[in-house]
Amino acid sequence: MAQGQIAPGIVSGRLSSDELTSNFTDLHPPLAPHEAAVAADRCYFCYDAPCVTACPTDIDIPLFMRQIQAGQPEAAGETILAQNILGGMCARVCPTETLCEEVCVRETAEGSPVEIGRLQRYATDSVMVGGSHPFQRAAPTGKTVAVIGAGPAGLACAHRLAMFGHDVVIHESRPKPGGLNEYGIAAYKSTNDFAQAEVDWLLKIGGISIETGSVLGEGVSLKGLAENYDAVFLSIGLAGVNALRADGVEKDGVRFAVDFISDVRQASDLVDLPVGRNVVVIGGGMTAVDAAVKSKLLGAEHVTIAYRRGRDAMGASRYEQDLAASHGVKIMTNVQPVAIHGNGAAVEIELEYTASHDGQLTGTGEMIRLPADQVLKAIGQKLDGAPEGLELDGNKIAVNGAGRTSMAGVWAGGDCAAGGEDLTVTAVAEGRDAAMDIHATLVS
Amino acid sequence: MADLTTNFLGISSPNPYWLASAPPTDKEYNVRRAFEAGWGGVVWKTLGSEGPPVVNVNGPRYGAIYGADRRLLGLNNIELITDRPLEVNLEEMARVKADYPDRALIASIMVPCEEEAWKAILPRVEETGADGIELNFGCPHGMSERGMGAAVGQVPEYIEMVTRWCKKYYDRPVIVKLTPNITDVRKPAEAAKNGGADAVSLINTINSITSVDLDTFSPEPSIDGKGSHGGYCGPAVKPIALSMVSEIARAEATHGLPISGIGGVTTWRDAAEFISLGCGNVQVCTAAMTYGFKIIDELTAGLSKWMDEKGYTNVSEIVGRAVPNVTDWQYLNLNYVAKAKIDQDECIKCGRCYAACEDTSHQAISMSDDRVFEVMDDECVACNLCVDVCPVDGCISMVPMTAGEVDPRTGLEVQRDYANWTTHPNNPMAKAAE
Repeated sequence: MAQGQIAPGIVSGRLSSDELTSNFTDLHPPLAPHEAAVAADRCYFCYDAPCVTACPTDIDIPLFMRQIQAGQPEAAGETILAQNILGGMCARVCPTETLCEEVCVRETAEGSPVEIGRLQRYATDSVMVGGSHPFQRAAPTGKTVAVIGAGPAGLACAHRLAMFGHDVVIHESRPKPGGLNEYGIAAYKSTNDFAQAEVDWLLKIGGISIETGSVLGEGVSLKGLAENYDAVFLSIGLAGVNALRADGVEKDGVRFAVDFISDVRQASDLVDLPVGRNVVVIGGGMTAVDAAVKSKLLGAEHVTIAYRRGRDAMGASRYEQDLAASHGVKIMTNVQPVAIHGNGAAVEIELEYTASHDGQLTGTGEMIRLPADQVLKAIGQKLDGAPEGLELDGNKIAVNGAGRTSMAGVWAGGDCAAGGEDLTVTAVAEGRDAAMDIHATLVS
Repeated sequence: MADLTTNFLGISSPNPYWLASAPPTDKEYNVRRAFEAGWGGVVWKTLGSEGPPVVNVNGPRYGAIYGADRRLLGLNNIELITDRPLEVNLEEMARVKADYPDRALIASIMVPCEEEAWKAILPRVEETGADGIELNFGCPHGMSERGMGAAVGQVPEYIEMVTRWCKKYYDRPVIVKLTPNITDVRKPAEAAKNGGADAVSLINTINSITSVDLDTFSPEPSIDGKGSHGGYCGPAVKPIALSMVSEIARAEATHGLPISGIGGVTTWRDAAEFISLGCGNVQVCTAAMTYGFKIIDELTAGLSKWMDEKGYTNVSEIVGRAVPNVTDWQYLNLNYVAKAKIDQDECIKCGRCYAACEDTSHQAISMSDDRVFEVMDDECVACNLCVDVCPVDGCISMVPMTAGEVDPRTGLEVQRDYANWTTHPNNPMAKAAE
């Protein structure tokens, strides 16, 4: 018997297994062939198309639309994957509403863009369902490259290097490859263990081995890797999380949203996953929305996103904000946490209203208290455990356009590297482009 | 409300929409449904001679061409004339006509090219009370190989001869249905007129193969791995039909010969266009086969509404209104100069006009870094391709220059006077302007 939404505290089994299954199915079900044909037909095949410009991986979107129209979704998939080997995941998680679809001329004309994300999924799925891998490995070069981190940047880099005939060893600290594709990202965007299936498919190129549980700084050092490999690519992500400064953050029930999301992604049975009755998520980005929506889907009664600035400043797109709202998540803006109250475990959160003057945020002194047995902190991740000797740019590893770090033979990309948005698609682009530069260096 | 009542060859119908001779008019059941739905008339599916009826294939009879979302744009068929006994058809026709005296009922006929064959069938058709006959000289498949249908329609002398027989043995109006599978449609039309035809109807279907199955390499529609050319119809053929109708309407020899327009009539607008090019009424088939008989509601309401808006009270007022504006290329006004104009407020910046002009036309559209597309008047020849490929209706228009302005492309002043190729200095055959 399900516990129900109003059971107090942080408990598992608020909803029945059936309800949970229904809640965590695909946010957008895949397109059927006829739906895809109709949707792709809306593409105008723009000249120098704005959607391509907006895509961090420069996928030739009009071409793949035309290939769908012409009845060859697999060819469309290959067009996508040639630019973005994780095009399947990007089709699911890209904030297309702020990238390709935002600039689609149909958006300009009708307020309704071509459904590029869903069509990309249709095309890439048709490649992966067949199980074939359309890319071949060049003759072995005898060169070996170490990739640190099996997230999107690392995988994209490894695949491109393998295509060129280099051998790649990926060192991954977690038990499974995939990075945030596996441990982050809203579960309703990547169902049926797609992240692992995609990694398995990607590895079919050959020449890539993955050593899981291999942690940089613990047994492997950048210096050692640089000596033993022809090149090193760092894609270690942002392992650290920003701390929340408020009284009572040590109380039970207060945790990082990324850990909560990871638990959801890794849960073998969502019935066993505990969630609060009154959940407050601190932050305004995609992680905050993901954590909030997941809490709601798990059966929390009240879920509130508390963000210290205004709506327009939120990292989550308007689409994501609406997604949260449509799931019954309340978004409070211009409030910052002051204290978490409770005797050992969180019971209430005290928020202070804020005002912004010349960009400076100050508390107004007006307080509000919300019931909160679970507080999820989603105020950003940061670089953690960057190897010594690398120049930083702000809080991230400094790189040039091709991903070269300050250390010879060492490249970096993805969230750990400076520049670009922290998106899966950006990471893929950086990994791919670094691989091109590594290859050019190795064969020169 | 405009009056849609049409009098074509003395045959009255409550509206100008007849169902063409085809599967929708094959039997009493369908025709009654059509009349109940509101169709003005039907041309009964083509009758053959007494005796064992023809047989049809037992596989696909139709093939199709689609636009977006499987919108049917073109239909092809390899069906033959009626495969039901003549007697049954005649009995049904008589019953239906008796019950619907206000609707037009025309018998389509195709019998061998022998006088006896026509002499035998015509009195029996007359007995049904049908309002007239239509001679099927157009069917491009199956029957033509037996010396009927298009095999007759492609030989003007045969058309004239058979038409003459029909006028001899039949007292009511004779309509000759023409095939488009010829070089010059004016010749068979003229032959029909010379034979005494009261009207021509056109176009019949066009020889066609809709597609090829790339696994079996069989043309479609495929019968056990083989295909045969069928007759093409539907929205895709309308431009061909309009042109052929206009040729007959304006040719000296056939001008004034009543025409029943056929070919892709799908909406009221198509019908109005056919009528304006000289048709006294129109016949519809593919649209009904695609959407059912209910489309008659839109066809009639739409035509009526447009006529009201324009102040026309009777369909006859529209007949032939566009004919004087159909001319030969050589008489087009070469002093007319237009330029494309892009409405920047309407532009959605897709760049299709740019790609079309830059790659395939006159390099007369510029593109800025921020995707502003502008026409360069000094290069624009007003070809209209940008208008045709623009996805936004009304975004690009062709604006005529006024007399006295200088065309930046040629540096010449736009002339007020009309002047055509026949007097153009570049024409070696030019006649001196008088």
